[in-house]
Amino acid sequence: MRNESSALLKVDGLEAWYGESHILHGMNFEVHKGEVVTLLGRNGAGKTTTMKSVMGMVGKRKGSITFEGVETINLSSNKIARLGVALCPEERGIFSSLTVKENMVLPPIVKPGGLPLAEVYDLFPRLLERGGSQGTKLSGGEQQMLAIARILRTGATMLLLDEPTEGLAPVIVQHIGDIIRKLKERGFTILLVEQNFHFAATVADRHYVVEHGHVIDMIPNAELTSNMAKLKGYLGV
Amino acid sequence: MTTNSVTSSATGPNKGVSRQAIFVGILLAVGLIAPFAVYPVFLMKGLCFALFAAAFNLLLGYVGLLSFGHAMFFGWSAYITAHAAKEWGLTPEIAVLLGTFCAAGMGAVVGWLAIRRQGIYFAMITLALAQLMYFVALQAPFTHGEDGIQGVPRGHLFGVIDLSDTLNMYYFVFGVFALALFFLYRVVNSPFGQVLKAIRDNEPRAISLGYQVDRYKLIAFIISAALSGTAGSVKSLVFQLASLTDVHWHASGEVVLMTLLGGVGTIFGPTAGAYLVVTIQNYFATLGSWVTIIQGVIFVICVLAFRAGIVGVLRPFLKKRGIEA
Repeated sequence: MRNESSALLKVDGLEAWYGESHILHGMNFEVHKGEVVTLLGRNGAGKTTTMKSVMGMVGKRKGSITFEGVETINLSSNKIARLGVALCPEERGIFSSLTVKENMVLPPIVKPGGLPLAEVYDLFPRLLERGGSQGTKLSGGEQQMLAIARILRTGATMLLLDEPTEGLAPVIVQHIGDIIRKLKERGFTILLVEQNFHFAATVADRHYVVEHGHVIDMIPNAELTSNMAKLKGYLGV
Repeated sequence: MTTNSVTSSATGPNKGVSRQAIFVGILLAVGLIAPFAVYPVFLMKGLCFALFAAAFNLLLGYVGLLSFGHAMFFGWSAYITAHAAKEWGLTPEIAVLLGTFCAAGMGAVVGWLAIRRQGIYFAMITLALAQLMYFVALQAPFTHGEDGIQGVPRGHLFGVIDLSDTLNMYYFVFGVFALALFFLYRVVNSPFGQVLKAIRDNEPRAISLGYQVDRYKLIAFIISAALSGTAGSVKSLVFQLASLTDVHWHASGEVVLMTLLGGVGTIFGPTAGAYLVVTIQNYFATLGSWVTIIQGVIFVICVLAFRAGIVGVLRPFLKKRGIEA
């Protein structure tokens, strides 16, 4: 049994709103150091809003989010980033007027211990070749690689990856899976939002199932096969 | 494969730098010999507005903030410099620096108030504060209201070079302009400038990466205000006059026009736009109020036919040849 206090990220009773729309209705989950945890759920379940709430990007939120024991629910997004949390958003957020290299070196170093640029290029050699290209001239897969690559050198220990495989060719999805496993080996803690649970099963330790803005179940990856029928029922596939 | 691409990308910029140097060298040479071919006061007027537009462009082109109140920095620093030179007898370089610092101070206050809002609200706050400062200029005794501060002495630069000589004055203005433009070029190509571009491209993403974007916007606003102030200060020495014209909202509108016509987000675009507008104003002055209509028509053509502005349209052509414009 894990000790609760060892949770790197602990979300407790999280509620969030977009304007008048109440999106999250008491999310509870935790991510331990060195784990890869996924949030699975149908479209509109609140997975991305959870990610954005953890990152401080949703205007109105209540409840508790602690990272390394620090309460972050009232902190602004840039302060949360400085604690060592980094988001790779669904839309990738590449800065269109900057080159690949400029995008890579733009994020500030928030802590010591980030990957040196050379190691990041070892993981993503394609980005070295495309270093002088504008961010928007990259293919979808390259943009996704850049979006992940540029948060690795900041020293952030907790990576929030929002649907990193969405719309990508199978070979690229496989590459992203390899990268996530390598990052786990290097000690990164990863919270992953995925709709593709077949992909999630290849990289994650545990899965939280999200529905209507709250967690309805937690399935350890080792028990995924025996719970497959239940999971398919949750996801409606 | 990788090695080849790295090698080719390494030689590319070197080639580019040398072509860039030649391009800048040609522009400098043109600037140095221009007063022997063209009326120097016209050139100086163009340079003052070019500097004003370049400073404004830092905010619009690189941070994406449209200020409708930049005339307050341009016009008020003109008053400060004119007053300092005429009433206190300061040398021109000190008077210009004083005007610049005052504009920077105003920029800090106005920027602090305005950057909390975006888009049209930002524009409206800057316009409102500029109008407020216009009425202060109208009422304050030292500005002499409608008459303005007239007969401002150009003085001696560093107490040595007589600026009442038009050619000396021209080279002083050209020097200030070239230095300021070089400074802006360095700013937009620095890591600070890249963060500004990132804020313009995707502000929420820049924040979530850990940047306190309000601080960056404020610094950019102060730099922009300060250099607008430098332009106004120098202009007051060129024309030996500081008047309400320069604090009027028309001046804020004109600088938007110059920047858009020349090419927003380009280094030399504002200069091209400023000279185009100043040329229209000077050479079509006999047409009276038709000048405004001509400007309007040109603006409409620009928006319809080449939205990127003069230099913006030429930019891809120059970039292929390793020249950043």
